Amino acid sequence: MATLQPTLTRPANGGAMHAALTMRTRPQRPNALSASLTLAWRALLKIKHVPMQLFDVTMFPIMMTLMFTYLFGGALAGSVGAYLQVLLPGIFVMTVVMITMYTALALNTDISKGIFDRFRSLPFWRPAVLVGALLGDSVRYTLAAFVVIALGLILGFRPGGGIVGVLLSLVLVLVFAFSLSWIWTALALVMKTPESVMMVSSMATFPLTFASNIFVDPATMPDWLQTFVYLNPITHVVTAVRGLMHGTVESGAIGAALLSCVVLLAIFGPLTMYLYRNKNAR
Amino acid sequence: MESLPVKHKTSPKTEYAIEVNDLRKSYGKVEVLKGIHLGVERGSLLALLGPNGAGKTTTIRILATLLRPDSGTARVFGHDVVHEADAVRRRVSLTGQFASVDDDLTGMENLIMVARLLGFSWAQARVRANDLLEAFELSEAANRQVKTYSGGMRRRLDIAASIVIAPDILFLDEPTSGLDPRSRRYVWDIVRALVAAGTTVLLTTQYMEEADALADRIVIIDHGTVIADGTIGELKTSVGAGTVHVRLRDPRQRPDAEQIMSQTLGVAVHLESDTAALSAQVSDPEQVANTLTALSRAGIVVTDFSLGQPSLDEVFLALTGQPVAEEAELEQETV
Repeated sequence: MATLQPTLTRPANGGAMHAALTMRTRPQRPNALSASLTLAWRALLKIKHVPMQLFDVTMFPIMMTLMFTYLFGGALAGSVGAYLQVLLPGIFVMTVVMITMYTALALNTDISKGIFDRFRSLPFWRPAVLVGALLGDSVRYTLAAFVVIALGLILGFRPGGGIVGVLLSLVLVLVFAFSLSWIWTALALVMKTPESVMMVSSMATFPLTFASNIFVDPATMPDWLQTFVYLNPITHVVTAVRGLMHGTVESGAIGAALLSCVVLLAIFGPLTMYLYRNKNAR
Repeated sequence: MESLPVKHKTSPKTEYAIEVNDLRKSYGKVEVLKGIHLGVERGSLLALLGPNGAGKTTTIRILATLLRPDSGTARVFGHDVVHEADAVRRRVSLTGQFASVDDDLTGMENLIMVARLLGFSWAQARVRANDLLEAFELSEAANRQVKTYSGGMRRRLDIAASIVIAPDILFLDEPTSGLDPRSRRYVWDIVRALVAAGTTVLLTTQYMEEADALADRIVIIDHGTVIADGTIGELKTSVGAGTVHVRLRDPRQRPDAEQIMSQTLGVAVHLESDTAALSAQVSDPEQVANTLTALSRAGIVVTDFSLGQPSLDEVFLALTGQPVAEEAELEQETV
């Protein structure tokens, strides 16, 4: 047994070990912001260590913008250039909405691993796990939004609202993405596998994005569909973003968009936290 | 950041860190816990021994406030795990069966994250993470992603994450399952050091050897009920010191060997499926020497001989008259 290393079987650094094992001073519980920021830091570290995660937030917006602009442009607005002015703000919203689904996926993966137990057994502000993940994800949303705008400008999109309009749109979309994500976090806590989370969230996202004012003027739709479109929060956000980008926004449009956010947050925030508290604790 | 000196527990023996009374839990129609009773003394190590599906993990998850029992009570330092979960959480820590560390992050980042979530400042968190990595000999791997770690390193990091603030009670769910012997001994040393430093430990295991090496007291559970509870000495008296295994060069001599062994040991001898092998439970290891002498005097050549700890299987056989019946993994994540 000459190969056996004594330092490994019996730690020689007994002093360090003893000190490490007896640290019993407990600092004050972190406040809500500090806990959320720590978990946002974790989300950013994951992007740093697994940069492949950024592939979907760059390629997906490029694909969407090119495909819909050239596919529908001529038919719907007479020319690609004219359609782009209407479509791009919509694609901007749609891209970010689609990416919010990955938040649910990441949360569901956490739950299926032991790290979720670790978080639940630490005495910090419970919603921080979700708020932190969403804060970290806003970096991904911002990147995707930036890709859409840059590509739009290259293709000939000219925002009349200037840089201020575009930045305000970005803020509005981030607020909306944050509010919307709580639907997916609730879903992630109910569904058993990441695959089922992905399936259900896609099934919900496609009708929500297409049955809106992103691609076409709702006036051309049958009445019952118009009713749905005007109840759809995405419609309100797209109207506000279009207005902001082109400098023609009305305060009512922004109000409606923010109201959608508040409603989503008021319903799905508490629901998510309820599910989170009771997860596995039946 | 100063570390406080260890407080030596001078409390009377009867003071319990953990008290469990008639704990019951079902998943659907399946009863996983059918009335568990436990008492763990302060500063001691209790091993919960049992096969897969016995209810070990369910018990430990209830005690760590991750699961709610259907009925019965569980108290940790007098705090009810259901109604005073926050008070319990401040004093306990759990290292689960599935490593509760983030694979994508480095070892250092994992420990900093946990320290931050406990309320350390960034600078304090970094110092504490460094100390723990050094103590557990993970300094060299500190800046590597955990997914590149070996099973033993991952388990060490997991335990380190559980003691960023040394808990009064540490729950370890099968801390050495799947580890090689060297890593296993390393984990044992850590556990012993924790107990020496004043932490009460409740660990689950499937290995009699592990319970023997670490525990002050052993509770054996099967099908959701406690079937034995005692010190290792008490259990051995009821089960026997161990099992002697003998393998003969000539299988035709087995009937003779059986007779000699049962005479010298005074117990029934078990014929193995290997036609040259026999085994017997012994209560007094000294008789084994007599057996060997008697065999050699009879001209029976023994090629293989061992005297081992009773296995969990043998313990079950002795206690219940039945071998271990493995159940479906009901207590695994039922997400």
